[in-house]
Amino acid sequence: MNLPENLSYTKDHEWIRIEGETGIVGITDYAQGELGDIVFVELPQKGATLVQGKSFGTIEAVKAVSDLYAPLSGEVLEVNKAVQETPEIVNKDPYGSGWMIKLRIGNRDELKNLLTAEAYSKLIAK
Amino acid sequence: MKRTPFHAKHIQAGAKLIEFAGFEMPVQYPSGIVREHGAVRSAVGVFDVSHMGEFEVRGRDAAAFLQRMTVNDVTKLEQGKAQYSAILYEDGGIVDDLLVYHCGEYYMLVVNAANITKDYEWLQSHLSGDVKLEDASDRTALLAVQGPKSLDTLQPLCSIDLGSLPYYRFQTGTVAGVPMIISRTGYTGELGFELYFEADEPKAAAVWDAVFESGMRFGIAPVGLGARDTLRLEMGFCLYGNDIDETTNPLEAGLGWITKMEKGDFVGRQALVRVQEERVKRKLVGFTLPEKALARHGYALKEGGVVVGTVTSGTFSPVLQRGIGMGYVPRDLAAPGRTVGVDIRGRDVPATIVKVPFIRSS
Repeated sequence: MNLPENLSYTKDHEWIRIEGETGIVGITDYAQGELGDIVFVELPQKGATLVQGKSFGTIEAVKAVSDLYAPLSGEVLEVNKAVQETPEIVNKDPYGSGWMIKLRIGNRDELKNLLTAEAYSKLIAK
Repeated sequence: MKRTPFHAKHIQAGAKLIEFAGFEMPVQYPSGIVREHGAVRSAVGVFDVSHMGEFEVRGRDAAAFLQRMTVNDVTKLEQGKAQYSAILYEDGGIVDDLLVYHCGEYYMLVVNAANITKDYEWLQSHLSGDVKLEDASDRTALLAVQGPKSLDTLQPLCSIDLGSLPYYRFQTGTVAGVPMIISRTGYTGELGFELYFEADEPKAAAVWDAVFESGMRFGIAPVGLGARDTLRLEMGFCLYGNDIDETTNPLEAGLGWITKMEKGDFVGRQALVRVQEERVKRKLVGFTLPEKALARHGYALKEGGVVVGTVTSGTFSPVLQRGIGMGYVPRDLAAPGRTVGVDIRGRDVPATIVKVPFIRSS
């Protein structure tokens, strides 16, 4: 299972890469594997406010729909148009071109609620 | 959990296995549902459907028994032919949909895996005269080979001339030396065959390996339950437990074509006569969705903001590249071309009612 060490994770299978005041968010390799072929992704508008642990979008795979949960609270700075146009890139490259949104971190205290790669790998091994 | 004789082959192929009707079954293989779907539509795919149930019905009164227990006309079913049919409760609700094969000495019923026990008990409780019912499910393997290249894949391995086998006919013969019933049937809308043989692991492995070797030149792929669902839904085929169940009758489900009201009495007929007198209240219809919306089983169907029905099946159509589904709506809303709302997580998305099948098969 591909779990980059430089990312933080949620129990809901999102990852976030912290870069100073901002974070890039996507779903994990495990999540895309479980979902199977992703056919579209519904994301918020730029400027939307996210609340940690709350749904900010949905992923429709052929089999089922699933919610996207915000790893941290904050404001959406950028939305990846490519995943809306070619959602299969989430299956192919979940940590790279398949990223979903970039956000401005609202509350750094919330970082403590995120999981390390090791903690997340234990969670999905269960 | 039960395993089919192809279990080791699924593991070898890297299948994702799930529990389905008490069996550990492949839901998809590493290439994914969309590619598996594409393999069946454009070339050939192989499905292990050994979880399906097979009953054998024997005895002097077997035909009369099945005539009374099923909706289709068994007297029209000649030896060597298969017939799509349904078993009803007295109130017209559907016990199961099934295939009835006339095998000469006996009839073979092929029923849904989730319904094996229920169907067996229902049929057993209605036995009369010289009829013997036997559940052969555990000793029967079933492999479906489906797609435009299915005939070319199987023919070199097969003792019978597949080209001369019409739709819904079957013959006994061998594939890879294994004796079996070779049936030109399927659940995909494509040219295809279903192979019934002894549930024996070495035999299953021999058939699987030979089929994949022969089909390699066409890009043959193993296909899981995920793509089985998208393939059947593109054809508008009903799935028991989704589109039909004990609360739906065959007339509203669009199965009037198999329900032979004139054949004489059968279990559930009286209830259907009443349905006909009052006219069906609702109908199972197909619908397509605009871009970026998928309906799922259980979503509400709405007209003018009011709930008027329920989505029974919904998925992404890999061929149409959009959401398709089926559901029940009141009769006066059921005309193709009409719009009905689908409540997709609180959003009212307009769906267009269309005739099924959604696609034209090859």
